[in-house]
Amino acid sequence: MSVGEVVKVSGPLVVARGLPHPKMYDLVKVGRDRLMGEIIELRGDRASIQVYEETSGIGPGDEVISTGEPLSVELGPGLLTSIYDGVQRPLDVIRDKHGNYIARGVEEPGLSRTALWPFHPAVRRGERVAPGDILGTVPETAVVTHRIMVPTGVEGEVLEILEGEFTVEETIAVIGTESGEVRLSMMQRWPVRRPRLYREKRPPIRPLVTGQRVVDTFFPIVMGGTACVPGPFGSGKTVLQHAIAKWANSEIVIFVGCGERGNEMTEVLLEFPELTDPYSGESLMLRTVLVANTSNMPVAAREASVYTGITLAEYYRDMGYNVTLQADSTSRWAEALREISGRLEEMPGEEGYPAYLGTRLAAFYERAGRVVCLGSDGREGSVTCIGSVSPPGGDLSEPVTQATLRVVKVFWGLEDRLAFARHFPAISWLNSYSLYLEQAEKQWKEEVDGDYPRLREEAMSILQREAELQEIIRLIGIEALSDQERLLMETAKSLREDFLQQNAFDEADAFTSSKKQFRLLKLIMDFHRLAESALEEGKSLQEILELPVWEEIARAKFISEDRLERFEELEDKCERVLASLASERARRV
Amino acid sequence: MAREYLTVREIVGPLILLEGVEGARYNELVEVEFPDGKVGLGNVLEVEEDVVLLQSFEATSGLDVAHTRIRFTGRGLELAVTRDILGRVFDGLGRPIDGGPRVIPEKRLDINGSPINPFARDYPTDFIQTGISAIDGLNPLVRGQKLPIFSGAGLPHNRLAAQIARQSGVLGKAEEFAVIFAAMGITFEEADFFVSEFRSQAALERAVLFINLADDPAIERIATPRMALTAAEFLAFEYDMQVLVLLTDMTYYCEALREISAARKEVPGRRGYPGYLYTDLATIYERAGRIKEARGSITQIPVLSMPDDDKTHPIPDLTGYITEGQIILSRELNRRGIYPPIDVLPSLSRLKEKGIGEGKTREDHSGLSNQLFSAYARGKEARELSVILGEAALTEEDKLFVTFSNEFEDRFIRQGEYENRSITETLSLGWELLRLLPRSELKRVKEDQIRRYMEGGSGDEAVLPAAEAMDAVD
Ligand SMILES: Nc1ncnc2c1ncn2[C@@H]1O[C@H](COP(=O)(O)OP(=O)(O)OP(=O)(O)O)[C@@H](O)[C@H]1O
Ligand SMILES: [Mg+2]
Repeated sequence: MSVGEVVKVSGPLVVARGLPHPKMYDLVKVGRDRLMGEIIELRGDRASIQVYEETSGIGPGDEVISTGEPLSVELGPGLLTSIYDGVQRPLDVIRDKHGNYIARGVEEPGLSRTALWPFHPAVRRGERVAPGDILGTVPETAVVTHRIMVPTGVEGEVLEILEGEFTVEETIAVIGTESGEVRLSMMQRWPVRRPRLYREKRPPIRPLVTGQRVVDTFFPIVMGGTACVPGPFGSGKTVLQHAIAKWANSEIVIFVGCGERGNEMTEVLLEFPELTDPYSGESLMLRTVLVANTSNMPVAAREASVYTGITLAEYYRDMGYNVTLQADSTSRWAEALREISGRLEEMPGEEGYPAYLGTRLAAFYERAGRVVCLGSDGREGSVTCIGSVSPPGGDLSEPVTQATLRVVKVFWGLEDRLAFARHFPAISWLNSYSLYLEQAEKQWKEEVDGDYPRLREEAMSILQREAELQEIIRLIGIEALSDQERLLMETAKSLREDFLQQNAFDEADAFTSSKKQFRLLKLIMDFHRLAESALEEGKSLQEILELPVWEEIARAKFISEDRLERFEELEDKCERVLASLASERARRV
Repeated sequence: MAREYLTVREIVGPLILLEGVEGARYNELVEVEFPDGKVGLGNVLEVEEDVVLLQSFEATSGLDVAHTRIRFTGRGLELAVTRDILGRVFDGLGRPIDGGPRVIPEKRLDINGSPINPFARDYPTDFIQTGISAIDGLNPLVRGQKLPIFSGAGLPHNRLAAQIARQSGVLGKAEEFAVIFAAMGITFEEADFFVSEFRSQAALERAVLFINLADDPAIERIATPRMALTAAEFLAFEYDMQVLVLLTDMTYYCEALREISAARKEVPGRRGYPGYLYTDLATIYERAGRIKEARGSITQIPVLSMPDDDKTHPIPDLTGYITEGQIILSRELNRRGIYPPIDVLPSLSRLKEKGIGEGKTREDHSGLSNQLFSAYARGKEARELSVILGEAALTEEDKLFVTFSNEFEDRFIRQGEYENRSITETLSLGWELLRLLPRSELKRVKEDQIRRYMEGGSGDEAVLPAAEAMDAVD
């Protein structure tokens, strides 16, 4: 250990002098309380340190100790169901030991040193192993099998492999390598700012089914893809991200609460254990890790929190899982970056953000992707990254939104106009986009229905046409519209209210499978088509609009997943009632 | 041993630069002795080697470079707390100004507090009845929530805040209440309104007041809300009280912060406010909440006036990003003489879903409020359309919605300043208004609830048991 001294304190930034051999991103401990910090700039013998804890009471002359190691996370069984702060301190353990408020200088390891985990070997003595090979497995939770992998840099013959219950520090295997014997435990460490290694990156192909109709059907995301959710306050970013964390078919969920509300973390902690995963039938918490660095916690740790989160995500990806990482909100991360940059007196770019904002953001999202993992079995895993963006005043031209849009492939734009009208999710169907449509359509054709892409396209054009017609109504009034157009307006309304709107708090509505999404869309669109021909046959628009079956269509979203045959009955009914309307001409006779 | 220095080098606005200092600590409290003997307080903003940058909470006029003495205290800014602070009035830095006895502290607490461990939080779920329909019915407040009032110059936000403080109670619970009131930069008249309000309600002994007026030192305001919240945490979590904190006006607080930032020549964020405004505000607002196993709670109602009524101004904007919803006042309603002029559509209580419904308020609460929202939204839209195109452009149905929204504003939103409506009254009123609409349009309320609450007679409490009995027979 090497010691230096504080020369300057300015908020979360501390400058130290006299640290022997300081390296960029080395972890240091500052002052008597041993506050954690990280070196972020070196000038001569002065090192600038961002401190992850409140720095009140620190002053010149205080001791600074360098650990010589970069900020790293502990990886191994016990991550799932945990809640960590931005630098992987377990908040539950901290509360047990230190009370309701976060004390300074608390040191707690990310993984429990006493918990015992049953280890089942997957290799035999004498086998040769290389990085990424699976040494054995641990049933981490009822739904996730934790695969213990050979860490980077270790290659050779298995000299010994144990079976039984171990703590994360105990040896479970001994590998004979060129440079001697290496004892391995179930725990590895990885520096958070360095992407974990994989063999090869591949373009993502499988849609991530989120159960959110407007997302899956209109602006789909894929496993290994990237998406952003910009929107003004209260427009529904967090609710949408929570919904995706709950219902998407990913095997692991990492949720980073980055500079947001404490209560939102509490909500996840209370809700997830009680909710059942529609795929595994088990509690949602069993596949989830939370990283919570709320807005009132120190900003430097907020900056680190997204890296902590994504490293955990990559680690499960490397086991061959499909992982979803959500960061709420990336704007708060960018603001942390801006604050530290300001204290470093760097040359500010737009709105005071540092010039490297764009590169940092891009590097973060670049850690998403579908990969072939290290290891001889050729397994694949993926990390999907979804970040919310909180543009000041809802103005999307601001730097964080703009820098994000340059890298992500899906844009779910939330609008306060929709939120005020309580249209949720308030995703604008006119402005949002997904560059993964092709992948989604391919999957739909194979697994849902060949008609799905066409229906989607028609529905979209009805919604676009509606916007144009609304403009006309605003200028001239509704009489300006033809019957066909008025019917279209009704269908558009039905699409908006009965398909796009989805109540995240209603048990029956919160999740919709791909099959059901298709049936619901088909129901609305088929009815529209039939009603159009009815009009052509001369039937009365008024009578069509007054059909009580509209109400049944409106309730179709509540049809339960195991009774999808109800859709066929309803479709038959639509056909019947439209057919039974007499045409004007017939009536005249 | 107090360390005292006469080595002031520069004074720039509220900032003092001092050299030759040994052992200064970041955020340390200092005493600033003016050449005329007056003593003010300040704290350390930055320290480099032996050079220290201070902010003075006292206005710096009268300070000079030669005679100003700075004493370092070795601790941070603290508030002396005891249960007996109830009923007392303090200045913005926590010094008594009511002529009462000296506070004999049980404890001295650092006013910056520490962040609540997110794992220690308990989710706010207890509905608070404010007696105001526009809030209780549509944007209900729950215990432990932070729900600001976004207002504008000349709007009755203070009267509304006082009404909330006066009427708030949790259904079916008799517990110890306290109101903490922090005034930042408001006028004497406004502050006096609150003081006499508390006095006339004999509520002063349940209140603690921290008062920084418009002509008090601006920088002092930076400490005021933290003083108030330190007192709140003490009463809530050491004496199990249900504490309501009113902070008014956060706009002046933010302006003080901007003044410091400008004097430090920091790179400004939007409209000159510092880039860390969000984080700074969060360290105030996030001090609301509940803690597992604790009986007390802190509910916060910050009041802020939006410059130019602009919701995208950084102060309301960043506040909205932190708080759990917002109550927005409308100049238009106020102009039409509607009190409280709450603009319900853009207002929002994010904790609503958890605080209402069966067992909390009533089973129909959620559906009814959604229905009222959407009907009012539609009525308002139609009304705007008719202003442009004339009433003839409206369908018959739209006309009903226009009538509904007029009645809604006139009877549901409008109420007396001393009118305290029970939640049952509020809900009944909502159902009564829905009768103005075609039944087929009521898509957001459940069929059985329409029958029970809208068609089951007069719709007041008296029908409730009967309706339940009927269901039981079913
Ligand atoms: N899908 C939904 N179903 C029902 N209500 C919703 C839905 N989405 C959002 N809401 C409503 O909108 C409110 C605000 O949503 P949310 O907290 O997600 O906003 P946000 O965009 O994250 O805001 P902020 O930027 O301030 O964090 C919720 O409390 C809820 O009342
Ligand atoms: Mg949010």
